[in-house]
Amino acid sequence: MLDPVIASRLQFAVTTIVHIIFPVMSMGLAPFLIYFTWKEIRTGKPIYEQLRRFWTRIFAISFVVGTVTGIVLEFEFGTNFGVFSTSAGELFGGPLAFEGMMAFMLEATFLGVFVFGRERVSDALFFVSSVAVGVGTWLSAVWILIANSWMQTPRGYELVTENGDQVVRLVDPMAAYFNPRFFWMYVHMQNSALESVALFMAGVGAYYVFRHHVWGYQVENVGFWETTLKIALVALIITAPLQVIHGDFYARHVFETQPQKFAAMEAVWETESYVPEYIVAFPTSVQDLLDPRAKEIFGIGIPGGASWLASGGDPQATIQGLEEFEGPQPPVAIVFWAFRMMVGLGFWFIVLAFWGGYRWWRGELFQDDLLHKALMASSLLGIVAVHLGWITTEVGRQPWIIQDVMKTSEGVSTGLTGAEATATLVGFVVVYTGLLVLYTYVVVRIIRAGPPAGSDLAVIDGEQPQAPPAEVSVDDDD
Amino acid sequence: MTTTSLASLASEPLFGLPLPEIWFGLLFFILAMFLFLDGFDFGAGALFAIRDDEHEREQLLAAVGPFWDGNEVWLVVFGGAMFAAFPAVYAEVFTRYYLLMFAILGALIVRGLAPEMYEQREDERWQRWWGRAFVFGSVVAPFLLGLFVGNWMLGTSSIVTLPGVVVGLVVVALTIVDGVAFVRLKTRGSLRTELRPHGQWAVVAYLALVVITLGYVYAAYPTLREKLLSPLVLGLVVTSVVLGGIYVVATRQDRFYTAFVAGGGLVFALVAVVARLMYPTIEPGTGLTVGDAIVSTLPLNVMTIGASILLPLIFLYFAVLYSSFSGPIEAGEGY
Repeated sequence: MLDPVIASRLQFAVTTIVHIIFPVMSMGLAPFLIYFTWKEIRTGKPIYEQLRRFWTRIFAISFVVGTVTGIVLEFEFGTNFGVFSTSAGELFGGPLAFEGMMAFMLEATFLGVFVFGRERVSDALFFVSSVAVGVGTWLSAVWILIANSWMQTPRGYELVTENGDQVVRLVDPMAAYFNPRFFWMYVHMQNSALESVALFMAGVGAYYVFRHHVWGYQVENVGFWETTLKIALVALIITAPLQVIHGDFYARHVFETQPQKFAAMEAVWETESYVPEYIVAFPTSVQDLLDPRAKEIFGIGIPGGASWLASGGDPQATIQGLEEFEGPQPPVAIVFWAFRMMVGLGFWFIVLAFWGGYRWWRGELFQDDLLHKALMASSLLGIVAVHLGWITTEVGRQPWIIQDVMKTSEGVSTGLTGAEATATLVGFVVVYTGLLVLYTYVVVRIIRAGPPAGSDLAVIDGEQPQAPPAEVSVDDDD
Repeated sequence: MTTTSLASLASEPLFGLPLPEIWFGLLFFILAMFLFLDGFDFGAGALFAIRDDEHEREQLLAAVGPFWDGNEVWLVVFGGAMFAAFPAVYAEVFTRYYLLMFAILGALIVRGLAPEMYEQREDERWQRWWGRAFVFGSVVAPFLLGLFVGNWMLGTSSIVTLPGVVVGLVVVALTIVDGVAFVRLKTRGSLRTELRPHGQWAVVAYLALVVITLGYVYAAYPTLREKLLSPLVLGLVVTSVVLGGIYVVATRQDRFYTAFVAGGGLVFALVAVVARLMYPTIEPGTGLTVGDAIVSTLPLNVMTIGASILLPLIFLYFAVLYSSFSGPIEAGEGY
């Protein structure tokens, strides 16, 4: 049996890592769906109806799996982190309630209209539904990140003692909700969702374009996939550089507000100035690989790079070392590597964006097989980068559940037994693995089936004659 | 927001209202909305078990298709509102019934996934298994939720208790009552005619189970006797019997809306009885009262302002959703 603290943390890690995939898909897809719906209504071109219907199927399954996995997360605060929930409920519960009432309700009700209502409602209401779904999705992230960012940079509260327990009391909602971290987290997260979906779309589009143009298979609806690839590339060209730019500001913000996390990201042990930015780094002996206190690092670094990054331009800047912080440290190896891989992927996505943009400009977008292969191989890497980013953020702030206020180990429910926590951990690993397999299976099926051949419009109401279904035909060769 | 208004928000309840009681009521209202709305989804899922015809099964899925996502969000809002207004109760109850909470989540996962999966493939084996999963989730989720609410209301220390199990059955019966009313409203043909007796039996079973539960509570919990015999609770029981009668008559006469509304009324009456039996405590297991458990004045005022703006909007969304899909589903409307 695991210790309830360890089991609860692992369980939360497993459930969040799986859950985050689905909101990333919905948040990233939402603006595309609004765009497709708008174009479909304005131009009446079948390609936009196809795009809207195809990507709505993936949105819908992501939303369903996101809902069922998300309810679990909400309840886990009460079941596994009861002490945290009791003492920080005033600050943490509010945003979750607002997420439900303001964002999730909007998204879920209008998704019903958006998925099932094309033939039932007017064009205007249909378009409004697509916008409402998108706004709901993005507002959800606002409230979830308000809750999370408050744990990183808590503001607007005071600590009081109630029945011998320390309780967090809200004194300034605006300061608490719009705490220093919120802005950077939101921008970085939202853009990463768009970038991840752009990469996914580009990979899927490239797969069919590659089959058709490079391998010479006769692919039905190849025009559809070419358009998908182009739209995805546009999105990638916009989002990829932005992600690195605000990522840089975000890192600086971490240095200012969570110096311990920043030191873990750079694996800086002793306070020093002119700290290099290691591109790769290894401890000198193998046993140190798992020892977070390993000091001897062999690596290739840019002199003064980390100092430069932390201070926003001064290579001589001093970085506080991990040894200056009392008590336990975050697992440095995990944070160090997760951060590095995330940044590395971020730059790779920029390379992809410019490579694709260049080929397109040269008129060779559908001919370059190496580009297509790179896009296919990278189609899931956006989501991987999101995972790495969250691992950096969440592992990096350990041992704190609320920075400098409450330790994670103090937040776990007191009545919880190791047996209960272990049983549910095992259960969730099984169930969430199953969910992931099923989701992958369904998405692959949707992609294999390709765009819908045409509107399978039904006769809606005997009394009201409906317009005949729009004829959808797509040029196969182009 | 100016500092003065913020200071007044921090020092006294909005308009001097009894906010702990209002949030207690609101919490149970949200629970009732969930049980009513997702209740008929669960009921439709349970009815899936007794209909073999492929066309009928498609109709059952199509009837709830556009709605269930929105309906289930009421559960999320219930959790969020409880966390925001009564965090100590949220932590205490969820931790105490730890494994039960996870069983509920498991059942909801199966319930949510099954219809979506069912429609993904045409082949028979696939659909047979996802059909079973749909029925399983639709029956087990409300049963466990009833078990949870029963335990919570009586402050039991273990998960599986006799009154809890009976309350679980009460909730399952109620979902079938609502499910039949909803499906008859939304379909035509064989489903509409052949489900009629099921609704009537379910309502009789429901009322009988409620009487058994209340009788048991009366016998085993002397402290609750006074509340049980209060005019409010007795009035709610009488109202439920009358609503049950209206449901049966309306079902016989094919007055679909009347039956549906009566079924909904039963849900609200049941939840009101539970709330009354708990009040003034909100956590009978530890004796925590509404006043003890509520958050401090400032967050409570903020939440109250938020909820009073957002709840009307939510009703507007639901009005748009339900009016967009009003009337019986038509051929070709798929999941």
